[in-house]
Amino acid sequence: MTNEELKIALFNINASLTFEEGGEWLNVLVPVNEFKPLAKTLFSEPEFICNYLFCLTCVDWKTHLTMVYHLTSLQWQHNLVIKVVLNRDNPAIETVSDIWKTAEFLEREVYELFGVNFIHHPDLRRLILTDDFNGWPLRKDFEDPVNMIKL
Amino acid sequence: MHEVAGTTPEGDFIINVGPQHPATHGVLHLVITLEGETIKKIEPHLGYIHRSIEKMCESLTYRQFIYVTSRMDYLSAHINNHACALCVEKGLQVEVPLRAQYIRVMMDELTRIASHELWWGALAMDVGAFTPFFYAFRERETINEIMEETCGARLTMNYMVPGGVMADIHPQFQQKVNFFIALYKKKIEEYNELVTGNIIFQNRMKGVGFLSAENAISYGCSGPVARASGVACDVRKRYPYDVYEQVQFEEVIETGGDSFARYLVRIREMEQSVHIIEQLIDNIPEGDFQAKTKAVLKLPKGEFYQRVETARGELGVYIVSEGGTTPYRIKFRSPGFSNLSALNEMAKGGKIGDLVATMGTLDLVIPDIDR
Amino acid sequence: MISLEALKNEVQNWLQLHVGSTMALIAESVLLGILVIALFAVLGLLLVFMERKVSAVMQIRLGPNRVGPKGWLQTSADTLKLMLKEGLTPDGADKFLFNLAPFIIMIAAMLIMVPVAFARNFQIWDINIGVLYISSVASISVIAILMAGWSSNNKYSLLGAMRSGAQIISYELSAGIAVITMIILTGSLSVNDIIASQENGWWIFKGHIPAIIAFVIFMIAVTAETNRAPFDLAEAESELTAGFHTEYSGMKFALFFLAEYINIFIVCAVAAILFFGGWMPFHIGHWQAFNHIMDYIPSSIWFFGKTFFLIGLIMWFRWTFPRLRIDQLLNLEWKYLLPISLLNMLLMTIVAILKWYL
Repeated sequence: MTNEELKIALFNINASLTFEEGGEWLNVLVPVNEFKPLAKTLFSEPEFICNYLFCLTCVDWKTHLTMVYHLTSLQWQHNLVIKVVLNRDNPAIETVSDIWKTAEFLEREVYELFGVNFIHHPDLRRLILTDDFNGWPLRKDFEDPVNMIKL
Repeated sequence: MHEVAGTTPEGDFIINVGPQHPATHGVLHLVITLEGETIKKIEPHLGYIHRSIEKMCESLTYRQFIYVTSRMDYLSAHINNHACALCVEKGLQVEVPLRAQYIRVMMDELTRIASHELWWGALAMDVGAFTPFFYAFRERETINEIMEETCGARLTMNYMVPGGVMADIHPQFQQKVNFFIALYKKKIEEYNELVTGNIIFQNRMKGVGFLSAENAISYGCSGPVARASGVACDVRKRYPYDVYEQVQFEEVIETGGDSFARYLVRIREMEQSVHIIEQLIDNIPEGDFQAKTKAVLKLPKGEFYQRVETARGELGVYIVSEGGTTPYRIKFRSPGFSNLSALNEMAKGGKIGDLVATMGTLDLVIPDIDR
Repeated sequence: MISLEALKNEVQNWLQLHVGSTMALIAESVLLGILVIALFAVLGLLLVFMERKVSAVMQIRLGPNRVGPKGWLQTSADTLKLMLKEGLTPDGADKFLFNLAPFIIMIAAMLIMVPVAFARNFQIWDINIGVLYISSVASISVIAILMAGWSSNNKYSLLGAMRSGAQIISYELSAGIAVITMIILTGSLSVNDIIASQENGWWIFKGHIPAIIAFVIFMIAVTAETNRAPFDLAEAESELTAGFHTEYSGMKFALFFLAEYINIFIVCAVAAILFFGGWMPFHIGHWQAFNHIMDYIPSSIWFFGKTFFLIGLIMWFRWTFPRLRIDQLLNLEWKYLLPISLLNMLLMTIVAILKWYL
């Protein structure tokens, strides 16, 4: 499907979605509480079948965090970007690791670098850093005087 | 603290493979629960070589950050640079000269062959045959010499700039590459004789580390790992970049899903790479090797995503720009990270010897996973 | 021409004449002990060097070439280094067993030397159960390996030792049956008699197909028994780092290392004795002139030549084949080698009864 067709199809499912266009792919902005049902729909509905989650990350906008999910359909060859705005002080979102298994590792990475809490994640532990590490390194306000990451 | 030593309450062994272990090819740490010799669970612990490249890139300009990415997947350093250069070009909307595109693609494919060579030797060593490693390095050396002549470095080439390549090719480039191709076609046959046809090797590989197509997709596997399970996911075919659209090559797909299928995919991919280079080497068009770009690059506000096919799979570069000279946020989708997450699924229920064979065919490069 | 036999007789006569028979016996025993240890050292150095050179040739490298002329002193330097290193004992290890294991494996390897005939009439003891003695003493080494693996208090070591135990015990069956197959032909367990029975032709030629099958099975089985690739699961470095000797260092490690090479020498010597006539020169039927020329070559050269040829074969295996998996290894033994060798033994019995081998 083209971006325009995707937009119409998505609008039919949920009228509360907002869209960002102009980029290469269609960006869909979803409220946190409607994210999980949308993800399930995108995965299972025959017109979408977004079965390949190829990128999962987070962006710190200093006022809020944005979760970014890049989805593709290996069957229909369309791409889709889902964005979820999270509260920066206590970010929490439903896990998608039960839909796309790759999310289990990717979410663990985001958890320890951004401090996003994934609800119902089967094994939310630190993956890269030591267990006693303080702070969320990829947030913009993180400063580490000992291990200088900034160049 | 999570248990990383001793035995489980059921009396199963917990052993640590890594961070220093010959089979992990780097500082990967796997905590394995064993029942006798049978693996019950594998849990990777990462981060031993994490340099936070993503954070570093946030304070580097668009010209500089490309070269940091050589240190991610150091075996396909050139392809990493290619991805970054393409992503910046997408933002700048620069048209790359055809000559530069040819050079880029040929260097990509040479890098891919070099990377698969190393994998082949290392895999043979993992399953206990030492000699192929040296044969692989003999041919890899020829590629490295071509690289060295062209751009002065052997491994982390830093040959890319936004808008083209840094310098024109060496005058002897075509002759040397042609010589290499002729040599290499013979050598692949030798490899097949020595390793592929070996009955012990086949027994070690067949039916080991099975990954179904559904799981390959669900775990986000890409590259030869997914293609061996029958998933058509070659970025060069699906989302062609540079001159990949114009060259003829076959997307190598096997349906076995086991270690031997992954082995065959990579061996046949090397042949396809040779085929691609063959089509390009004698037809390099005249012209500039670099497009005219400004000294200080500024990407417009927005988000840019570029995916390329590295030797290990799909590499994605995600740049979030605020309009400045440095990226606001950058994310690298590394193929090894997703492929590693499927390891537990693949190696569960097998023997320790199978784990080594499975890991060998995953072709993990640890800096690529840790970034 | 000087032969080992003449040398031995000289020494024996001199001792008998000058110190009396009891003292002569004691002196000879001491002398033998020194000789065996010296042979060990020389063989160890030589075989390690040979392995490194053979592998270098196969792997398009040069191999050691800096220490001494053409690198000949490389292994001596390595041994010196190992001797000077500290022999660590891990904290949690069972210290007694841990320190005992390398000595047991070494003693077992030394004991096997007893009935091996190095040249014509040059043998420590022509024991009348020679071949049986060899295979029984050789099985002691598995105890040492299990000891080493168990006492190290390391899971890798334990896994390696368990693999090794399963492997050696299984493959001993085929090796033993292959030996018995040849004994059916010779009718004697004594090493001297076995060699003497091959005066007019080696068994590998006289024994028809069963002898060749027995030889192949024997070589496969002893490769497995000595833990050499492609059967080196006990120390599979890409899986178990170093298997049962992971925790050993310094001279204790060197003893394990040396014992491996001595064991290779011994099994190849046994193969040479059983199939290639030991020190017996190569004879063809009634070609008197040819046979005389062959006789002129000293018997010790024949023996060592054959043994080193077989050692070269085993080294060739090691640097060519990938390693088997533990279940494939046991399948190979119990499902293929053992039935084949049993059938082969039956076949050989028929050959022996009908006297086809003359």
